[in-house]
Amino acid sequence: MAALEIFVNDRKVACESGATVLQACRAAGVNLPTLCHFKGLSEVGACRLCLVELEGSPRLAAACTLHVAPNQRIRTDTERLRRYRRMTVELLFSERNHVCSVCSANGDCELQELGYAVGMDHVRFPFLNPICNLDASKSEFAIDHNRCVLCTRCVRVCAEVEGAHNWDVQGRGFLSRIVSDLNQPWAESTTCTTCGKCIDVCPVGALWPKHKAQGQFEKRPEFVSELIAKRGRGRP
Amino acid sequence: MNVAEWEARAAAARERMAASGTRVCVCSGASCMVSGGDAVLEATEKAVKSAGLEGSARVVKVGCMGTCSQGPLVRLDPDGVVYQKMDASKAGRVIDKHLKNKALLRESLLFAGPAEPGVERPSEHPFYARQLQVVLEHCGRINPEDIDEYLAVGGYRALYKALSSMSPEEVIGEVKMSGLRGRGGAGFPTGLKWETAYRHVADHKYVVCNGDEGDPGAFMDRAVMEGDPQRILEGMAIAAYAVGADRGFIYVRGEFPPLAIRRLGIAIEQARAAGLLGRNILETGFNFDIEIRIGAGAYVCGEETALLISIEGRRGVPRPRPPFPAESGLWGKPTLLNNVETYAGVAPIIERGGEWYSTIGTAKSMGTKVFALAGAINRTGLIEVPMGITLREIIYDIGGGIPGGRRFKAAQTGGPVGGCIPEQYLDVRVDYESLVGLGSMMGSGGLIVMDDTTCMVNLARYFMEFCMDESCGKCVPCRVGTRQMHLLLSRICGGEGTERDLALLEELAPYCREASLCGLGQGAPNTLMSTLRHFRDEYLVHIREKRCPAGECAMAGAPAGVR
Amino acid sequence: MSKKRIATVWLGGCSGCHMSLLDIDERILEVAKLADIVKSPVVDVKECPEVDICLVEGAVYAREHLEELEHLRKSSRVLVALGDCAVNGNVPAMRNRVGLQAALERAYRAFETGDGAGPVPSVGVTALLERVTPLHAHVKVDYFLPGCPPSADLIHFVLVELLHDRVPDLASGAKLKYG
Repeated sequence: MAALEIFVNDRKVACESGATVLQACRAAGVNLPTLCHFKGLSEVGACRLCLVELEGSPRLAAACTLHVAPNQRIRTDTERLRRYRRMTVELLFSERNHVCSVCSANGDCELQELGYAVGMDHVRFPFLNPICNLDASKSEFAIDHNRCVLCTRCVRVCAEVEGAHNWDVQGRGFLSRIVSDLNQPWAESTTCTTCGKCIDVCPVGALWPKHKAQGQFEKRPEFVSELIAKRGRGRP
Repeated sequence: MNVAEWEARAAAARERMAASGTRVCVCSGASCMVSGGDAVLEATEKAVKSAGLEGSARVVKVGCMGTCSQGPLVRLDPDGVVYQKMDASKAGRVIDKHLKNKALLRESLLFAGPAEPGVERPSEHPFYARQLQVVLEHCGRINPEDIDEYLAVGGYRALYKALSSMSPEEVIGEVKMSGLRGRGGAGFPTGLKWETAYRHVADHKYVVCNGDEGDPGAFMDRAVMEGDPQRILEGMAIAAYAVGADRGFIYVRGEFPPLAIRRLGIAIEQARAAGLLGRNILETGFNFDIEIRIGAGAYVCGEETALLISIEGRRGVPRPRPPFPAESGLWGKPTLLNNVETYAGVAPIIERGGEWYSTIGTAKSMGTKVFALAGAINRTGLIEVPMGITLREIIYDIGGGIPGGRRFKAAQTGGPVGGCIPEQYLDVRVDYESLVGLGSMMGSGGLIVMDDTTCMVNLARYFMEFCMDESCGKCVPCRVGTRQMHLLLSRICGGEGTERDLALLEELAPYCREASLCGLGQGAPNTLMSTLRHFRDEYLVHIREKRCPAGECAMAGAPAGVR
Repeated sequence: MSKKRIATVWLGGCSGCHMSLLDIDERILEVAKLADIVKSPVVDVKECPEVDICLVEGAVYAREHLEELEHLRKSSRVLVALGDCAVNGNVPAMRNRVGLQAALERAYRAFETGDGAGPVPSVGVTALLERVTPLHAHVKVDYFLPGCPPSADLIHFVLVELLHDRVPDLASGAKLKYG
């Protein structure tokens, strides 16, 4: 891989061609918030938290899917980007029924951390409170759609690493839901191997082991990333 | 089929058409069909038979003639007289009077009504006289289910010209010179796109036609697919030759009346049988074939990356660009993707030259554009006009103005992701840049006219609901942003809105536009933003006075007496 | 400098935030030097007088909450949403997704050991609103203090900053905490 230079917030950053802007920024110690990104899984550019300004482009670009190019000039910290990041987090909190105080992931939740990082003291938008189900049919794990942020990490880890493709997305827009197999109860899935990788990559408390109550559960995302690094993943 | 056979077949078809005497063209476009076109066709055939006119007249099914509001339509060629609002008995009378007695059936002439007596020569009526038909030139004149009729009017001459006498670079050069831009709405220079696809080297390349026309009130592409499908195939074949592709797909919206899909299927079969698709086309060594893919009805599949993913058989959600399809599209191969109308404009450009095409229209938007006129306008239908025409000419000269003596309020262009243009801009010339400058966009060609009974807040709410329902749900700004904006707009329409809600809307709209992943989310706030720009006072009246000036919103939250 | 006046009010919440307020322990003496607490669950005043700072715990789930909140807004210079319920609805708002009637049914009739016939209390109880909402859905809120409950340290920090007429900076220094 050839080395090249890009400019992040006017600072020269050395990186390798083929890298994403997100990788280059992180390697250079420039922090960008992410949610759908998960080290080792394919990138989807869905959460829009890592948006950056790219000089010469009228559009904002997701750093996770933007590849570095020689002398590219990136801004990660403008007032607009900060405002938009906070709005994205607020919208995520407004979308489903997030009740931190009773959530299994309380204290170990990437959505909470994002809220703190963007300085969200409250959500200005109306809470939408949709009707969402909880599937506790499986003996080991449960999925609570009230807490899901539709990052699709579970879908990707199951398809790309475990090779099972139990999870996918059903419906569209605001009514999108993660489904097991063809929207059957999780316990009836013929593809789930009960490997638990989806539990470890879930950034919030939507997927959790049933024997853990509020705040007790510690996720091991690094475990899955290490596994991928050692073993590789399947089709992106 | 070799060249000699092809030329002989075209000549024979031309002769047959000329020798058939009067061509009784019955519109079999979807609009005339739903208003009784089937019965008219049957009655016309019966009347010709019973009048013993089979020797001197031939009944032909044709595609859309444009004046949909007057349908079902019957045109008698070569006289060019059009009869409107036909039914079985009137059709019989037309045959009787016009064909047998050589007199006009005046009360059924096109546009006959309380306001005007009807026109004998439609081509002189402003509806047609102000138009310039390039894409639609054969639509409504030939039988779309008969490739011979297409050959008779010069079909596939452009493809042969390209294959026999032009290099791919020359074809691309001609398209570049024409100034043709993407007619799906974004207006990207077509020649440049072709060149990109041409430059990317790969073992396979694809040519894809976007026929997923999903805007409410838009029926341009459907009309071309129903009325002149061979024209699309020819354009795709020329494109395939230019970029070096050997396989093509037409992605058609699944909710269309089955007509468009059926006729495309017939056209592909006939073209294959005639050797105009398949291997070694016209003995030039060029191989190209086309398949139809039917969408399942998601609006977002009109977005190019989602469309390609859907063709591959996966869930149709957009992905970030770059890479652009011309670089990495279907199954990772370079893929040229254009809209139906764009491909339908290619054959005349190759045949008559890019320079000819570039003389039509304005300096930056060349050529013609097809529009579907709908809403509060006297003559709804399908038109093709040179770029640079004013909205006033389209709405008043061609469309005949606003019915019921009401006042024009705004025109929506670009569908749900477009915007509305108020009265003071009626004289702005229609081209890509000017419409964007007004906060709207060209879009695929839907043009919805609204009179003063339309509430602009409710309009914004309606289109936001459309975008919310059609959001694929992948990215947060579109998935949640459209839902929030719809909620806030519903509150304002319901008389429960506050100025804080308005402030939130004004914050969400640019966010959704700039932060969303694809054109759907980026365009979703456009109607909201353009109505806020041109009709802000209507929002304030809803909020402060709990009153809907247009009288459309039911103000549930309004105090008694104001409702 | 004259002493400031503080009110602390308990709307639709569990009073946990007030417990956390009491957890500032001896630091209450420092606060007491700067201000008088003129209304609070522990100060028996029916109607809130004019105050400088008003801490409001709890969501808005009843008609009377709404009326009281509107009065509090009018009589307070600075209004602080205290705790997750006041900030985002929290546990009381969990009934929003099913609706008020379904929630009452579940609580009073269709519970596991019930006979399904029990009446839903309607006399002498507060009139519930269809939707549970945070304070800022109704009035302007000056500061938001999330947490279930917010820590005593955080409450103390905000009180002291406000009593010294400073703007409490909540976004930096890892002060925010939900749940």
